[in-house]
Amino acid sequence: MAKILMKGNEAIGEGAVRAGCRYFFGYPITPQSELPHYLAKRMPQVGGVYLQAESEVATINMVYGAAGAGARVMTSSSGPGISLMQEGISYVVGAELPCVIVNMMRGGPGLGNIAPAQSDYFQATRGGGHGDYRMIVLAPASVQEIIDLMQDAFDLADRYRNPVMLAGDGVLGQMMEPVELGEEKEVRIPPRPWAATGRTGGEKHLINSLYIVPEDLEKHNIRLAAKFAAMEKEEQRWEDYLAADAELVLVAFGTAARVCKAVVDRCRREGKAVGLIRPLTLWPFPVKAFQPLLATAAHFLTVEMSMGQMVEDVRLATRECRPVYFYGRCGGMLPVAGDVYAAVQKILAGGEAK
Amino acid sequence: MMQKVFTRPRTLKDVPTHYCPGCTHGIVHRLVAEAIDELNVFDRTIGVAPVGCSVFAYNYFDCDMYEASHGRAPAVATGIKRVLPDRVVFTYQGDGDLAAIGTGEVVHAAARGEKITVIFINNAIYAMTGGQMAPTTLIGQKTTTTPYGRDRELNGSPVKICEMLGVLDGAAYIARVSVHNPANVVKAKKAIKRAFEVQMAGHGFTLVEVLSACPTNWGLAPDEALRWLADNMVPYYPLGEYKAPEEI
Ligand SMILES: Cc1ncc(C[n+]2csc(CCOP(=O)(O)OP(=O)(O)O)c2C)c(N)n1
Ligand code: SF4
Ligand SMILES: [Mg+2]
Repeated sequence: MAKILMKGNEAIGEGAVRAGCRYFFGYPITPQSELPHYLAKRMPQVGGVYLQAESEVATINMVYGAAGAGARVMTSSSGPGISLMQEGISYVVGAELPCVIVNMMRGGPGLGNIAPAQSDYFQATRGGGHGDYRMIVLAPASVQEIIDLMQDAFDLADRYRNPVMLAGDGVLGQMMEPVELGEEKEVRIPPRPWAATGRTGGEKHLINSLYIVPEDLEKHNIRLAAKFAAMEKEEQRWEDYLAADAELVLVAFGTAARVCKAVVDRCRREGKAVGLIRPLTLWPFPVKAFQPLLATAAHFLTVEMSMGQMVEDVRLATRECRPVYFYGRCGGMLPVAGDVYAAVQKILAGGEAK
Repeated sequence: MMQKVFTRPRTLKDVPTHYCPGCTHGIVHRLVAEAIDELNVFDRTIGVAPVGCSVFAYNYFDCDMYEASHGRAPAVATGIKRVLPDRVVFTYQGDGDLAAIGTGEVVHAAARGEKITVIFINNAIYAMTGGQMAPTTLIGQKTTTTPYGRDRELNGSPVKICEMLGVLDGAAYIARVSVHNPANVVKAKKAIKRAFEVQMAGHGFTLVEVLSACPTNWGLAPDEALRWLADNMVPYYPLGEYKAPEEI
């Protein structure tokens, strides 16, 4: 099949439609605008609904209603909007509803700016909203990978009856790359016997996260925790790029990982044993990727578009038995390959402080 | 032959409620249930109840139900109705819920003309959380957060939701009723049923504001509470239809 040029944000939209998503609720914010623009056109063509809400608070609650009614549903935003959704995301988890939430991360805190960043890592992977909860966070690094991951995002949401977040950044959303869309497959959406769609002769269904009796809420939390444990066991994903024999392993996701790949290639050309672990799931963090490397790697260098958030997970994954260094750019600034290369050089020469 | 002339509506479960003696939440539940029964839509009705004293409404209504976060029921109902346009969807919200934290959601659901029915319980107080001032608390009314009475300078004036929403084009049926005596209960029932009918006819957004009593947080006996409602709330919140389609 011929490749076509597509923007990352549009690829999310097309990937969602191909995955059977027919409902999108959104509120305007940069840098994800091409996605709602795309879906406003596309949804009516496939009998779906694109609805612009009055706020992200409303958006996530529309998602809650649509998911409870049994639909494949998605919303999308960036930093400030995702912050507004946090209460709703907590309710979605509590009521065990599947949906996909896209965060095209921009610089923060506060209004920050509209340039690409990765500084919502904590918010995405540590809950963000209230209560004991987790959600799978997928971090693609190319437009093709977005297309490939959208189907997985919806399937994982269904498998666990839990929201799935797709975490990108402004670069990924706005860059154009050739993609192979593949054959349009017939989508089989798993049945939703729990959905509350009006009884129509059947049992009464309730979409709810309230458990007023402490014993009941504890049981509910323990059951949710078992789902999260299953996600940690089954769903860790990463790309290992020449890390197996590397003396220094770079760790980066999304746009930062693309820069790091170029650094690995240059180092390898120069005979330096440098590799990359690129987490594809930010949560569950791919701890498994690090276990074999503890025997082979001497240093880890985490590269992020933030002041250092994922680096904490790398320290946990390496159990701090190897030095973990950090290099970051933030506020919408991108790491430059030459600077990352210089940081690598310094560590290999033994001159970099942890 | 004996004949049964009064029975529990099918839409209500046969369970005791947690409402205080003299609370009018129970009456309104019954009116909503009767309307659903009479329109013969029990099997395709979906209710949404956010937090507030009626947070357990899902235990009392026997149709499919959603519990919603504070203020967001109209957004949840929007999501449901957009996925299932042939269902009958209602929300059941308090005045703190609808007229304070959830103002944005109800205004825009009305503006979009969402084909849902909002049952809006105006008891001039945040009942569930301990009797604090609500956006609908009357000037001079004492609550736990207006111990000297609501002061216009400090707190502004009570919000009149029907008057506000009535001006929106998307709103098809907007009415204010009261349940302080049998005659008004009968009128309230009519309005609620009408709202459901207008929703089902696809005319747009519908809302019935019900002036309700909260004897517990008003610090009044049940009969005194109903009198207080009639004497104080009805004059400030005029009853009647604020918007209705010509014919349905
Ligand atoms: C975000 C959020 N803020 C506050 C609360 C606490 N809360 C629960 S019910 C309620 C007010 C309910 O008052 P109202 O809507 O008037 O209903 P009533 O109890 O009077 O029937 C509040 C503030 C909450 N649950 N969630
Ligand atoms: S506190 Fe007031 S509103 Fe709540 S159940 Fe009691 S009387 Fe009814
Ligand atoms: Mg109230």
